[in-house]
Amino acid sequence: MNTTILLLLFAPLAGFLITLFFGKKLGKTVSGAIGTAAVAISFLCTLSLFSQINAGETIATFKLADWFSIGNIKINFSFLFDQLSVLWLLFVTGIGSLIHLYSISYMHEDENMHKFFSYLNLFVFFMIALVAGSNLLIMFIGWEGVGLCSYLLIGFWYKNQDYNDAAKKAFIMNRIGDLGFLIGIFILGFHFQTLEFLEIKALLGKDLITPSLLSIAALCLFIGACGKSAQLPLATWLPDAMAGPTPVSALIHAATMVTAGIFMITRMNFLFDLTPEIQNVIAIVGAITAIVAASIGLVQNDIKKVLAYSTVSQLGLMFLALGLGAYEVAVFHVITHAFFKACLFLGSGSVIHALHGEQDMRNMGGLRKVMPITFWTMMISTLAISGIFPFSGFWSKDEILMTAFHANIPLWVIGSIASIMTAFYMFRLMYLTFFNDFRGTEEQKHHLHESPALITIPLVILAALAAIGGAISLPGNSWLNHYLAPLFKKHEAHHLDGQAYMLMAIATVGALVGIGIAYAKYLKKKEIPVADSEVQGLHKVLSDKYYLDEIYMATIVKPIYMISNFAKKYVEKFISKAVIGLGGATYALSIKGKKIQNGNIGVYLFAFIFGMVGFLVYVFVIRVK
Amino acid sequence: MDISIVLIVLLVGALVTYLSGNKFASKTALISSIAAFGATIISLNAFQNGEDLDVNLPWISQLNINFALHVDGLSLVMLVLTTGLLPLIILSGFITKFENSKSIYALMLFMGFAMAGTFLASDGFLYYIFWEIALIPIYFIALNWGNGDVEERKKAILKFFIYTFAGSLFMLLAFIYLYTKGGSFDITKLYALQLTTTEKTYLFIAFFLAYAIKIPLIPFHTWQANTYSKAPAVGTMLLSGIMLKMGLYSVLRWQLPLTDEVAKAHVPYIVGISIAGVIYGAIVTLKQKNLKKFLAYSSLSHVGLIAAGLYSLTFEGFQGAVLQMLSHGIVIVGLFYVVELIYSRYNTYEIKEMGGIRIQDTYFASLFMIIMLASVALPTTFNFIGEFNLLYSLFKVNIWYAVLAGTTIILGAFYMLRMFQKVMLGGETKSFKKISKQESIVLIIVVGLTIFFGLFPQPIIDLITPSLQSILTQIK
Repeated sequence: MNTTILLLLFAPLAGFLITLFFGKKLGKTVSGAIGTAAVAISFLCTLSLFSQINAGETIATFKLADWFSIGNIKINFSFLFDQLSVLWLLFVTGIGSLIHLYSISYMHEDENMHKFFSYLNLFVFFMIALVAGSNLLIMFIGWEGVGLCSYLLIGFWYKNQDYNDAAKKAFIMNRIGDLGFLIGIFILGFHFQTLEFLEIKALLGKDLITPSLLSIAALCLFIGACGKSAQLPLATWLPDAMAGPTPVSALIHAATMVTAGIFMITRMNFLFDLTPEIQNVIAIVGAITAIVAASIGLVQNDIKKVLAYSTVSQLGLMFLALGLGAYEVAVFHVITHAFFKACLFLGSGSVIHALHGEQDMRNMGGLRKVMPITFWTMMISTLAISGIFPFSGFWSKDEILMTAFHANIPLWVIGSIASIMTAFYMFRLMYLTFFNDFRGTEEQKHHLHESPALITIPLVILAALAAIGGAISLPGNSWLNHYLAPLFKKHEAHHLDGQAYMLMAIATVGALVGIGIAYAKYLKKKEIPVADSEVQGLHKVLSDKYYLDEIYMATIVKPIYMISNFAKKYVEKFISKAVIGLGGATYALSIKGKKIQNGNIGVYLFAFIFGMVGFLVYVFVIRVK
Repeated sequence: MDISIVLIVLLVGALVTYLSGNKFASKTALISSIAAFGATIISLNAFQNGEDLDVNLPWISQLNINFALHVDGLSLVMLVLTTGLLPLIILSGFITKFENSKSIYALMLFMGFAMAGTFLASDGFLYYIFWEIALIPIYFIALNWGNGDVEERKKAILKFFIYTFAGSLFMLLAFIYLYTKGGSFDITKLYALQLTTTEKTYLFIAFFLAYAIKIPLIPFHTWQANTYSKAPAVGTMLLSGIMLKMGLYSVLRWQLPLTDEVAKAHVPYIVGISIAGVIYGAIVTLKQKNLKKFLAYSSLSHVGLIAAGLYSLTFEGFQGAVLQMLSHGIVIVGLFYVVELIYSRYNTYEIKEMGGIRIQDTYFASLFMIIMLASVALPTTFNFIGEFNLLYSLFKVNIWYAVLAGTTIILGAFYMLRMFQKVMLGGETKSFKKISKQESIVLIIVVGLTIFFGLFPQPIIDLITPSLQSILTQIK
């Protein structure tokens, strides 16, 4: 088992180093193959661990080495392979492998393709550390590490300063969350004298910490989760992150990294169970994020931006579930979302590829016939995300809404409205992209083509998973809930009664309404969204994203710049003068100094020291005698 | 053998370098500094085998002043920092053609000698002499080999000199006072003195002025940016990499143990000033246009955090401070070297005249980026270990200290990434000659050390723990 774990951990790191140092010599295809193989090896190792754990084998903790000690707290490079981490790794490395494969074709035109694979491998390595770490600090290594890779990959085309801005914004906003995370770590470390998850869990019942401090710790961790998983108010970096190449959007900014916040809270579920008021905060933040992001998604015209807002919104739903204590439901939606959102992003990449970089849906249309595989795989995923029976999203979203219904009706209403909006904007995306006539240039039309096999194979696999993925947790007979049961506090499952069927029916009708409106507008009436300059009213508020960026700019960034300029121009001079003015002796010295600024001040210093020595000798020798 | 061997190697090295003439000076200096580092490592090894390396020779016996050097884990790591960085700094000088190079390289070694002595001295008088002597070489290095307008340079260097010199005078007064009380400068005797709270308060303030200027803490920092920007790169590295650690080290070695309960009573104020420096430094850094001044202010911010950890009077704070002194020393040398590499091509320190370098030299960009990320304390870099310890120690005192000082991880990322973007990214604007293998050696060593000690910091922690424990007991 230890060999498997070592291989699982270090195959992507080896891939990173090989492609980094030898990538240029090895060439694009070989680099791509090595990068893909590295992640595939991790996937196979995870499968092996999964089968062992599924067969009831004991959970493995694996200590690699000591790291450092701080006071009495010992921190090790150690890893925990239990149901949760292995399940998470399964889809991280599984989807990771597919996206690596896809990238071999997608990135082939790029001269820095080996670098791309190198960063992608590094990302997978850090993601594994994040998920498999057995203490908060190893998780934090992974946490900041994936943030770094995200920064590198958003800014992959670094000639464009707008992309660099987006990369920088992502890193800094994440760091705001990271400060919260760190403070949370400090609180827990100080009171429990350990950062190991299992030890903290065991010590929680022992009254080592006051309930209010525990709540603050939970809140701090949640702030960290908000940064990484793009929840309000730290959400605005994720849509900008679409500046990165599309496979990055699929892997990092949809399927894996952005779910790290959900993973962290699920990992620390025993803590959050004890802080119901923070759980309420999580549920409310999640619900608000879900509906705000969905409403912005209604009017976006950039195909990747639609998907980005959709991701933020779906993450919000997952946080809603977490806040209601339904961890297994959140995990379920993370998994199905990973399938269909990865597929949607890769599909959009396929479209962008065919149109030579065009991302505006107003210039698309009619692609259904030329790109049938892309179309059908995206259609399946769209049905899944819209919550249409029997696709995977139907089951997972239904469980979230059902949980919300039983906990708090307003939350259920908000979640349901967000879901209706989702169905609308996703079908709007599909109709604008694939139906009616092509609206691009003749030149583009001439070159339209279905993407090659390396692109379509991952699409087909992901679409299949998006279709049937719901099977892992069917109501009443959930493999997933059973598998994860040892991790969570026991709570009663909702019965599959009349009410449950009614809720499913309501959700389905809602989705159909959303789809129907999209159908009427964009397929029947063939509406094309107006040019940005003609947008007005509420529509404008939405397409300007509630002016969140502008508000942050005006209230935070600009003031900091102003203070910085002010301090640089005035405060520094003031302090300089004040300090000098304070000491008359200093002033006198400076007069003397000016006289001898020919470079002889060293002599002066020597004279001073030896004079002082002489003085001391004189005084004390006489005194001694 | 004893520890004076390291001092002797440095002093003899300085002499030999001067005598070797301008042609061979740089190489002789490099070899001498490596020899000193070797002697340090041998001493370290001997120390860990339980050998006694202390020196105690009568010097001015009528006055009971001794040439006394004491070796413990703390002084050893500071010595390793000094003799370890010295070869790197000397090597950094290789990209610049110095006039009269035998003098500058000899001065660098001589400064290494004085700084090493400061870290080792256990006699207050000897310590003071070393402390002051270290000023002489840096004064001449900055004055004679610095850049920019000569008159402006003179003004800046003089300001620096007067500042630090004035601060030191207060320390001298403190030592003289202590001597009159106990009749000795020996550190253990000074530790054992029974002083009243009033006496301790005055001592605390006197030491504080000396160290606050050297470190520097706000509002005593205004000499720093100008001096850094006027001094040649090697001088800036000596200042920021090693010399400012003299102040931090002295807080730990002299100020806190001698003024225990007064220090304790002042925790909120001094930690407050330090944290204010962390934030103020970061904010002022943001809008700097000159790359050297940019690094000076970022250093002000980082060093403020180290001081805050020291004045938190917790074990974790001490540990974090020592670790961060080392990691900051390594990284700041790397950063100033990067600046000098760019300067050697563009002949400017102005950020707005840079850009589009990464596209021309990705190798250089990668190394720079790793050092930049270390400076923002990314986990698995050495700086993360230090920063984590420091913030944790502040948390132990008061959660708000940790939150306020913790903004450094946000602001630090803000100004560093912003600078990196302006300096390195974007399309090609000016042509940049790729750095050679020889030029990259310093960067590779810096990157290697940063990552290595980020992964394996424990041996250093084990080495310093006993000394820090005993200092802590002395305070309590």
